[in-house]
Formats: sequence, C-alpha cells, structure tokens
Amino acid sequence: MANGPSILVIDDEPQIRRLLQLTFEANGYKVVQASSGEEGLLRATMDRPELVILDLGLPDADGIDILQKLRKTVKTPVVILSVRNAEQDIIQSLENGADDYVTKPFRTGELIARVRAALRHRDAEPVEPVFSIGTLEVDLDARTVKKKGDLLKLTATEYSLLALFVRNAGRVLTHRYILEQVWGPVHAEETHYSRVYVAQLRKKLEDDPSNPKLILTESGIGYRLVAE
Amino acid sequence: MNDNRPDPDALLQSLRREEERVLKGKLKIFFGMCAGVGKTYDMLKAAHEAKGKGIDVVIGYVETHKRMETEELLGGLEIIPRRQLEYRGTILEEMDLDAVLARKPQLALVDELAHTTVPGSRHTKRHMDVVELLDNGIDVYTTLNVQHLESRADTVAQITGSTMRETVPDSIFEQADSVEIIDIPPDELLRRFAEGKVYTSERSQQAIRNFFRKGNLTALREMALRLTAERVDHQLRSYMTTQRITGPWKSGQRFVVGISPSPYSASLIRWARRLAYTMDATWVAVSVEPSTPLGEKAKDQLAKNIKLARELGAEIATTADDDVAHALIHVARQQNASQILVGKPDKIPWFGKDVLEKLIEESAGLDVYVVSGDEDSSREKTKWLRLPEIESGWKQYATAVGTVLAVALLCYPLNPVIGYQTVSLILLFAVTVLPLKLGAGPVLLGAATSALVWDYFFIPPRFTFAINLAQDVLMFGSYFVIAAVGGILSARIRARERAVKTREERASALYSLTKDLAAAGSLDDVAGIAVEKIRKYFDAEVAVFLGQTDGDIFTSAHLSSSMKVDEKEFNVAAWVYWNEKRAGRLTDTLPSATATYYPLSGPRYPLGVIGVRTRGNRKLSFDQEILLENFVSQIASTVEREQLNEISKRTVLLAESERLYKTLFDSISHELRTPIAAIMSASETINNDAVFAAETKKELAGEIHVAAERLNRLVENLLDMTRLESGLIQPKLDWCDIHDLINTTVRKMKKELSRHSVVVDSSSEIPLVKIDFALMEQALANLFLNASQYTPPGSEILVKAHHDGNECVIAISDNGPGLPPELKDKIFEKFYRLPGSMAGGTGLGLSIARGFVEAHKGSIKAERRVEGGTRFTIRLPVEPHAGKEGMV
Repeated sequence: MANGPSILVIDDEPQIRRLLQLTFEANGYKVVQASSGEEGLLRATMDRPELVILDLGLPDADGIDILQKLRKTVKTPVVILSVRNAEQDIIQSLENGADDYVTKPFRTGELIARVRAALRHRDAEPVEPVFSIGTLEVDLDARTVKKKGDLLKLTATEYSLLALFVRNAGRVLTHRYILEQVWGPVHAEETHYSRVYVAQLRKKLEDDPSNPKLILTESGIGYRLVAE
Repeated sequence: MNDNRPDPDALLQSLRREEERVLKGKLKIFFGMCAGVGKTYDMLKAAHEAKGKGIDVVIGYVETHKRMETEELLGGLEIIPRRQLEYRGTILEEMDLDAVLARKPQLALVDELAHTTVPGSRHTKRHMDVVELLDNGIDVYTTLNVQHLESRADTVAQITGSTMRETVPDSIFEQADSVEIIDIPPDELLRRFAEGKVYTSERSQQAIRNFFRKGNLTALREMALRLTAERVDHQLRSYMTTQRITGPWKSGQRFVVGISPSPYSASLIRWARRLAYTMDATWVAVSVEPSTPLGEKAKDQLAKNIKLARELGAEIATTADDDVAHALIHVARQQNASQILVGKPDKIPWFGKDVLEKLIEESAGLDVYVVSGDEDSSREKTKWLRLPEIESGWKQYATAVGTVLAVALLCYPLNPVIGYQTVSLILLFAVTVLPLKLGAGPVLLGAATSALVWDYFFIPPRFTFAINLAQDVLMFGSYFVIAAVGGILSARIRARERAVKTREERASALYSLTKDLAAAGSLDDVAGIAVEKIRKYFDAEVAVFLGQTDGDIFTSAHLSSSMKVDEKEFNVAAWVYWNEKRAGRLTDTLPSATATYYPLSGPRYPLGVIGVRTRGNRKLSFDQEILLENFVSQIASTVEREQLNEISKRTVLLAESERLYKTLFDSISHELRTPIAAIMSASETINNDAVFAAETKKELAGEIHVAAERLNRLVENLLDMTRLESGLIQPKLDWCDIHDLINTTVRKMKKELSRHSVVVDSSSEIPLVKIDFALMEQALANLFLNASQYTPPGSEILVKAHHDGNECVIAISDNGPGLPPELKDKIFEKFYRLPGSMAGGTGLGLSIARGFVEAHKGSIKAERRVEGGTRFTIRLPVEPHAGKEGMV
C-alpha cells in the first residue's frame, strides 16, 4: 500500500471508482471510496482524507449540496469530477468552494495534475514569496516581476491581477472571483475589465501573446495560470 | 353496367346517418291525429316497460291534463323537477333541460313536441330541446299530433278552419327512429270527449264544437295514417339502399322551387316538401331577386319563406336577375335539377310573356310543375305594385310639394315676360329633377302639384282651375302625363341604380373579404380579418372563438375580437360551437344573449364561432343577413383551410423528423459501433495471454484511446444537436476578446490540427464584443475539425477575424480541394456528408456550428475560394465595447 496522500473518491459508478483507485494507487496515493453523498460526508469526517474527488450526479443528493456540507465541516480540497459540462455547473462548484473541476470523460494525466495542484495549493499556504515558471519570476514580497531576468513594468492593477494568479497558480479562477478580488465586489459583473487586463498581461508576459502558455483561458469560466 | 346499383353518395350518406345515430340518442314519437287519443298514456306505458328492462328512465316533462289513468302511470318514474320561469308576472313551468342533461338518463320522456317554450328558456321550441337531448346521447320518447307537422299545417288549416301556430319541422318526424301511431276511431274519441276524459267539461264542449268534429277527425286520422304509411315506405326504400336490394327506386332526383316574397310561396314550399319526400328527392329553394329593391314588408315575407324552406330541408340559393324564368332555369341547370316548381301566377300580365310561358319555352329538358296557391293561405293578398317601393316619409312629400311651389313662386313674377308655356317647361324640369332625391310617391305628388299650380296660377284665366283654350287643355293634359311618367321613370331608374349599387357593394364587400382571406397566412390573420371586415360592413362589434387543436373551443375570444364577452355570452358561443347552430339574439335559441352567434362549421368538426353585435342592436336587413351568412361561410372555409394547413405542416414536419430519425439511426449506429468495435477488440487483444511487445501494447492502448475520443466526439455532437433542437440554447453573452477565442480554440484543437498548419492572423484590432465564449468556441472548433477532415495533411488553415462597426467577421479558409459550389448550403444540413468523405465524421459538426452562430443571430456561409480551397465566414452582429473608460 502506498503511503502518499489519501484521496476520497465519492462517485456512484463502481467502474469509475475502481479506475480512479487503480490510477491513483499506481501514482502513490491512498484511495478511500464512497458510493453515495451520505457515505462520502461520513468518510470525509471519519477518515480525514487529504483531498476529495466528488461527482455531482449522486443518487442520494446533489453534488453541490454535498460540497456545501463538506465545506462547512472540513477544509479538505475538493476536485469535482462530473459529466456536467455546462459552464454554470462549473462556476457554481468553484464558487461553492471546489478547488478544481474536471469533466468526464477525462484524461488521467490531466486529473492527476489537477489533484497535485490542489494539494500543493493546500500545502503551500502561505504561498511562497517567489514564484517562477519558465522564464517568468514573480516575487510577491518585493512586488517585482522579471522575465528572462529583466524587470517588467506593470501597472498596479496588472500587478494585483498577476499576484492573484500566482497565489492560485494551477487553479481555475472564475471571472467573478478575479473581479471581486482585484476590482472589488462592486465590479463583479464587469467581465470586460478582466478580458482587457488579461490581454495586456499576456502582451507583457507571454513569448507569443497570440499563443499564450502561461495564462490560459477556461472558456466561459475564467482563467488559469499554469503551475508547472 | 347495372343501372340499379345504389348511388354511392346516397349509400355514404345513409352510412353517415347510421354513424351519427350510434352516438346520438334515439327518438321515438307517439304520433296521433289529435289530442285525446292517448299518446301520453301509451308513452308512459312504454316508459314503464323500458324501466322494467333495466333502462334508466326519467320524466323530463309530461302533461297529464289531470287525466286519472295517465296520472296513475306517473308513479314509479323519476321526475326531473320542472324549471320555473317568470314571464310577465306569472310563474310558468318548463322542462329543465340542463337538469336532464346533467342527470344523463338513458331515456327521457318529453311530452308535446310542438310546444313553444316560455321566453327565457334556451330554445324557443321544445323540439329544439329534444334535439339537444338526442345530440347528447339521450333517448327521447315524445308525443306529436299530425296537425303540428309543418308541412301539414296548411292542409289542417283548410280542413279544420283553424291555423296552427305551434309547428314542428318535418325533418324531426322523418329522422325519428321510430314512430308509433296511436289510433282510435273518431267515434270512440268523441265518446271519450263526451265522458269528459279528455278535457275538463266546459272546455271540451267548446273544443268539440270548434275542432273535434267527426269530419275533421276523420280527415286528420287519414292524414296521420297516410303519413305513417309514407314513412314506412320511405324507410323501406332507405333500407333497400343500404342493403343493396334492387328495387324500383330512383335516386338522385332533384328539383328547384322558385320562391318569392308572396305569401303563396309558403304553401308552394310545403307542397314542394311533400313532393320531395314522396319522390325521395333533394330540392333547392331559389329566390330570384329583381333589380328593383323590395319593400321592407316583402323582404320580411321573403325571409320568412326562406326560413320555412330551410326548416323543411331545402337547400337555399339566391340569385339576382330581372328575368325570373331565366334565373330559375339557370339555377336548375347549375344544380343539376330535373324539375322546376313554380307557383301559379295570380294575374296574367297584359302584354309580354309571363314567367310561366318563358319557363316552358326555355326549359328544354326540364319538367315544369305549376302549383296553385291555396285559397286559405292567400288571406293576406298583397298587391303587386310594380312601382318601386322606396321609403317615402312625409318629409319627402313635403319636399316634393315645397320644391314645386318654390319654383312656381320664382316663375310667378317672370310670367308676363316668358309666358305660361315656358313656365310649364321650367316646372317640368323641376319635376324631372325631383327623383334624384325622392321616391316615386313624392315625385307623383310633385307632378300633380305642379300641374295644378300651373293651371291655377299661370294658365289663363288665372286663379281658377278653368282652362279656356282647347290647346291649353290639351297641353295641360299632356303636361300632367309627361310629368307623371317622367317622374316615375326616373324614379325607377334611380331605384334600379340603387339596387345595382347595393349589389355591387355586396359583391365588392365579399370580394374584399375573400381577397384578404386568401392572403391570410395564419389563423390569427383570419380572425383579425373577420373582425375587421364584419365591423366595417355591418357596423358591428365582433368576437371570434376558434377551436383548439384538441377539438375544444378556446376559453376566451380571439385577441383581435372587438366585442367584450362575459361568461354568459361565452356560454352561448360554446353552445353554438358544440351544436353548430346559430344562437343568441334574434334567433330561436338563447335569444336573451346580447349578440348573435354564428357557427363556423367544417365538414367534420366545428371550427369556431363568430359573435356579432350590431351597433345599437340594429336588426340586420334581409340583404345584410344574407351577406353576413356569405361572410361567415367564407370565413369558415378559410379557417378550415388554415387548420388543414397547420395539420399538413405538422405532417410534413413529422415526415421530416421520421426521415431524420432514419438517417440518424443509420449514421449513429455505424458511428457508435465502429469505435466500440475497436475498443472491444483492442482491449481483448491486450488481455490475451499471448505476450506482446510493450510497443504493440502501447499501440493497442492508443487505438482504444482514439476510438474513445471518436465516441466522445459523437456523443458531444449529439448532445449539442439535442440542445439546439430543443431550443434550449440561450447564448450567455459576455464581453469577449475574439483573438483570445480563436487562440483558445486553436490551442484546444492542437491534437486534431497537428497534421495541418494553422495560421492565425490577429493583426487587426478588434474591440471586446459580447458573445457566448463557450458556444462560439464550439462552433469554431467544429469548423477547424471540418477543415482538418476535408483537406489533405499539410494543408494550411488560415483564421482571420476583423470587425466592421456592427459586425464581427471570422473567416476560416483552407487551401484544400475546395467545396463544390452547388453544395454550399447542403453541407450545413444535419447528417449530410460530402460524397467520398473519410470515415469518422457524423455530418453534424457544421450543422451545430450553424446552430450556435444562429443562436447569436449571426450567419455562416461556405464558399469556394477563387484561389482554391474553401472559406467559411461567420458574421456576428455585435455591439462593440466602447473602450477602457471607467476601468480602474
């Protein structure tokens, strides 16, 4: 038995549970299974897993309810794994405290990467002051941004947007979340702010702004800063 | 060929009648020669028998006239309490129709079929109540005396000397399922009278004296027996028709009857009805309208005659022609009739040919029957004044006299200068001008006044009526004749003109209605036009009720209706809808309604109802009534047309979706099975005990993955298609950067596009636009996938977007083989795939792309590029974001 981080899989499909167990155990994780929302909630408090993979379409309750109940008791990161691919389902999950969202059918590699990012994010609190990816280096303490060693000039808003991405590297941020965090709750609906500033940031940060590699668009949901 | 084969139409009709009868209740009439023969008694006895057989019997209305034996029979039968109605201060009792309908017995007893109901009841006649019971599937036993039959009313009046007011249409008698004759010899009946068993004594004495004379009774009895025999005969014939028994019947007989505003016509119509019945023929009552308009009284009489003919089962045709004979022959030929029936004219014209002569001369191939009017019914002899009757109020007379006097006054001082002969010309001129405004009567008066005035004031010796000179006498005489004839002739011309005008107006009204209805594209249009036209031509408020697709009437008037309808009125409309008979104001059914309701009848089911309320509740003239009927039938046929249209549209849609299902089935089953087959076989091979090289295993796993992806794409496409077709696609518009959209799509499609070179031209500045990012990404992705599938590997795919004011244009071009131009629209159809397409596509991608683009109110088109290859152009109407102002 591996003794890596333990993961609770809440899904009513035995085949998916079995598949996830095989995959994650092969990658050094411990896996606990639950086939219903109630059982999932029980396992989440009893077994204290380090991460929960939650299906939204459960036979006994709506996944969003389970998510909310989970969030009230434990701080365990939650990755949603669902066939629901409508943007509002994803946004709703993220706004209710899910750390990430992967739609079925999924690529195993992608799922493991997201799980890893969620775990790292939990572990890395508070965020390390210096974040670097590729040729980009962001120092949150010194409030400096370097690309290939050269200092970049960012406006205050551009910097706070980038800092938000860095603090949540690897995670999807919804438009609303970005707007609330950077511009304040009053501007939560003004999506054109984030569109324009993300375009500006890309011009400054990306090697090829028309083929972004750092800040990715999650269509209809928001953005994600790649973590690795 | 066998000539005695049953006429298919007649056969069909008898079948249809049979069908209707299955649903309808059965009517049994206890038929007698007069009161007192024991009809009610026998009916009650029959009711007891029925009850004994377990049939649910109730008494709707039975009048025992306090006869002992009859009253005893009431015992043991359920009686529906009568409805009490107040009429002019007295409480009158009537059958409670609604209570009987609600009780829904199998059999109801309703006495005295010919009874006229108390005002305030739904129908004015009891037989109408009975028809409604039958229509609702309730069997009815009823009683009837021979003298109450419409077609016998004349004869009875002749025999007994008393006119029957309460009559029943013969159709009811004919359509009754069974008629039981209650017959007793007149002597026996008279003995019963004498014993006081029939009426209370004082009344009976008078009744016997007036009506129940032995002679009368014998005649009535004969009539009743003969009628019953005729009925049996008729039934036998109809039985032979249905059972295809060859026999001596003639089918398809048809004749026309000329009817006029004369009261004679009524007896002619009754005669015709009897003839039709015995001949087993259908008949058409033709009213020929002369160019000179009829007077009000004549119109009323004509309307009555037409109503009578209709009640007696005639088809009605009206035509306009001054030549009655010609018109009758014309209609007869048109209607395929073999006989013409006319009344015998009461006067032979002085000169020229009369109608009869002409009829006989011109009616080659047609039989002409001439029927004399009955003496009795000619009580109201109308004079056939050939003068056109135009309403001439006293004002008209005053105007005529006034005008003449004024002209005379003007001429008076001029008399010495111009001479009295000239004055006569001036006066004559005045008289000829009068008809421009006035009717014939006033014109005649004017002519007479002018002659007298001329004589008195102008012809010497003046101030006397005496005339000295012989030539003056001659002149005065001719003056009078010229003035009178001239005046009347011009009045007649004018009346004729007026008649032509009204007819033209009528024709043009009908034309304008038909024209508009022809252009109507939906039921809503039809309702709107109906309301508008009836309002315009009849100065009336109109409400239209249409039937719903499930056959029920819409619970509220159509939105375009101009008349407000409360619940009570709506109930009238609903009654009309279900019974397909007109009702409401000025009719015999529910006359207390504030409007008249006309059914829009279709050949198979009711289509709707039109309610008409004239302004100030004006009664429509006879002409208008006919015009309105034409309007209603025109509207009905248009409504039917539109309903059929909608049904056929639905059918086409159904056929289309059936075709789609088939394509879907074929395509999907192939597209689903192929990857499933790949997955199954590859995974099974991996599992096989045989040891594979790691390389082979990886390859097999790769195959499984490719197949799974293909399956996934198919499912996504199907889900998208379903979303599109269910109309659930509601773009969530949000500010988007078009370049970001294109880049994101290209990034996500990296794998699919790996064998092509994708060039994104993002040189042009595009402001943020409001679109649904995810939907448009899907649309673009489908276009990319399409390009990758239909161009050889290594081809270039160029994406370019630009913005021009209010449109955002995204073009995806390739340098592949190019699209056959004739297929540029076809490729967007569901499941359409270009001939020779490579495997792996569903034929849905482009159709989905178009659906998503159209959900943005945009357009997508495909074309062959001049330089080779295909170009897809998406145009999205967008409202660009103003810029960065306001951003912190």
